[in-house]
Amino acid sequence: MIQVLDVHKQFGEQKVLDGVSLRIPRGEILVIIGGSGTGKTVLLKHLIGLLRPDKGHIFVEGVDICHLRSWELKETRKKFGMLFQGAALFDSLTVAENVAFPMREHTRLKEEEIMARVGNRLEEVGLHGIEDKYPSELSGGMRKRVGLARALALEPEIVLFDEPTTGLDPIMSDVINDLISATQKKLGITFFIISHDVKGALKIAHRVAMLYEGRIVEEGTPEEIESSPNPIVQQFLAGSSEGPIRVG
Amino acid sequence: MGPVTRFGRWIFMHVESLGRLLMVLLATSYWFVRPPYRIREIFRQMEFVGVRSFFIISLTGTFTGMVLALQTFYAFVTFNAESLVGATVALSMTRELGPVLSALMVTARAGSAMAAQLGTMRVTEQIDALQTMAVDRIEYLCVPRITAALIMVPVLTVYYNFLGILGGYFVGVNYLGIPPGPFVSSIVNITDYDDLTNGLIKSIFFGLILSFISCYKGYTAGEGAEGVGQATTQAVVLSAVLILVSDYFLTDWLF
Repeated sequence: MIQVLDVHKQFGEQKVLDGVSLRIPRGEILVIIGGSGTGKTVLLKHLIGLLRPDKGHIFVEGVDICHLRSWELKETRKKFGMLFQGAALFDSLTVAENVAFPMREHTRLKEEEIMARVGNRLEEVGLHGIEDKYPSELSGGMRKRVGLARALALEPEIVLFDEPTTGLDPIMSDVINDLISATQKKLGITFFIISHDVKGALKIAHRVAMLYEGRIVEEGTPEEIESSPNPIVQQFLAGSSEGPIRVG
Repeated sequence: MGPVTRFGRWIFMHVESLGRLLMVLLATSYWFVRPPYRIREIFRQMEFVGVRSFFIISLTGTFTGMVLALQTFYAFVTFNAESLVGATVALSMTRELGPVLSALMVTARAGSAMAAQLGTMRVTEQIDALQTMAVDRIEYLCVPRITAALIMVPVLTVYYNFLGILGGYFVGVNYLGIPPGPFVSSIVNITDYDDLTNGLIKSIFFGLILSFISCYKGYTAGEGAEGVGQATTQAVVLSAVLILVSDYFLTDWLF
C-alpha cells in the first residue's frame, strides 16, 4: 500500500536518512524502532508529505507523492490520520471542536451527525463527557486519546503515530497500545508507528523494523526481531549502554 | 570559513527569507479571493483585533489629542494664533497621528498576540497538523486575521481621531482657555474630507502591513520558547518600522 524506495534526506551537513526502503502493506501494524534522533520522525513526515526526500520515491497506492504539488497532495492526505507526539490539538478549540474539525472541513454532514460521531470517537478511545473542555485542561494521556479520536474522525485508511506512548506512564502506555490493537482489529486500518517503547512494539506489531544511522538494519515479525543475530538490534532491545550503538 | 564565504551565506540567507516572505504573500493574496470564506473566524478575529483594542485606543487617543493641544497652544500663543489650535489638532490627528499611532498601538497589542499565537502553534506542531488534515494553513490562519485587521484598523483610527480631537478640545477650551467657538470653527473651516479619507487609506495599508508581518513571523517561528519570543519581538519591531517608513511614502503620494 505504501512503498518507500531508497529515500535520502539531509539537513545541512547532517545526513538523516541514508537509503531507506520499506513496504507497508495494507491492514498491518508496522512499528519502527530506533534510538532518539535516528530519523524516525523525519521518515514519518515523509509519508504524509510534510517533508520531501532529496533522493528516492514514496508511493502511496501507486502514486509517487514526491512529485505531487501541494493541492494534489490534499486528496492523498485525506486517506491519512496522524497523531503527533504532543497530540497537536488546537488549543483555541474545545475537545469536541477538535475532533469535529476534519469532519467540518471535508464533509457536508449535518451538525447533529457530526456531534454524534464526535461522541462515538471519544467513546472508542475511552473518554466521555469532556467535549467542552479545552486541551490545556487535559492530562497528557487524555490529550493523546483525543488526538487519536481526531485522527480517526474521517475513518482513514492509514494512521501514522509519532511516538504514541512517549511521556506516558506504563499503565497509560499499555492502554494506548491496546487501543491501537483493538482499533486495528475492528476497522482494519493500517497503522504506522514510530516508537521507543520496545515492549509495546513487540506486543502489538505485525512487523517491526529498526532504523539505525539512516538505514533499516533489520525488519521482520516481532519473533524474528527478538531472535535477530544483529548486535545493534540486540543492544537496543536489551536497552543496554554497552555495544556497537554509541550515544552522543 | 573565510569572510567571502561568510558574506555569501549571509546574502543567501536573506534572499531566502525574502523569497519565503514573497511566497507567503502570494499564497495569502490567492486565498484572499477564494472560498472558503471563514466568516465566523473573521468575526472572531475582528473582535480580537478591534473590540479588545478599544480601551487602549480610547486612552491613548485622548491623551495624544490632549498633549497636542498643549504643545501647539504654547507655540501659537506667541503669534496670537490660539484660535488655530483646534484646526492644528484636527489636521495632525486625521492626517498623521491618528493613522500612525493607532496602527502602532494595534501592532503592540494584536500584532504581538498574532505572532505569539501562530508561533506557539508552529512550535507545538499544530500547523503541521493542519497540513496533514488537508487544510490550507495560510487560508485558515492568516487570511481571517489579515481581513479582520484591514477592517478594524481604520475603524479604530476613526475612533482614535475622534477622541484625540475631543481630548484636544477639552484641554484647549477648559484648561488653556481658548474660546470654544473659534476652536471648533477653525476645525470646520480648515479640515476637509480628504484629510480624513487619506488618513484612512493610510490606516488600511498599515493594517495590512502589521497583520501580514505578524502572521508571517509567527508562522515561520523557530524552535521553542526562544523561537516564539523572537518571532513576537521581530513582528512588532518590523511592523512598526514598516509603518513609519511607508507613512512617509504614503503621505507623499496621497497629500
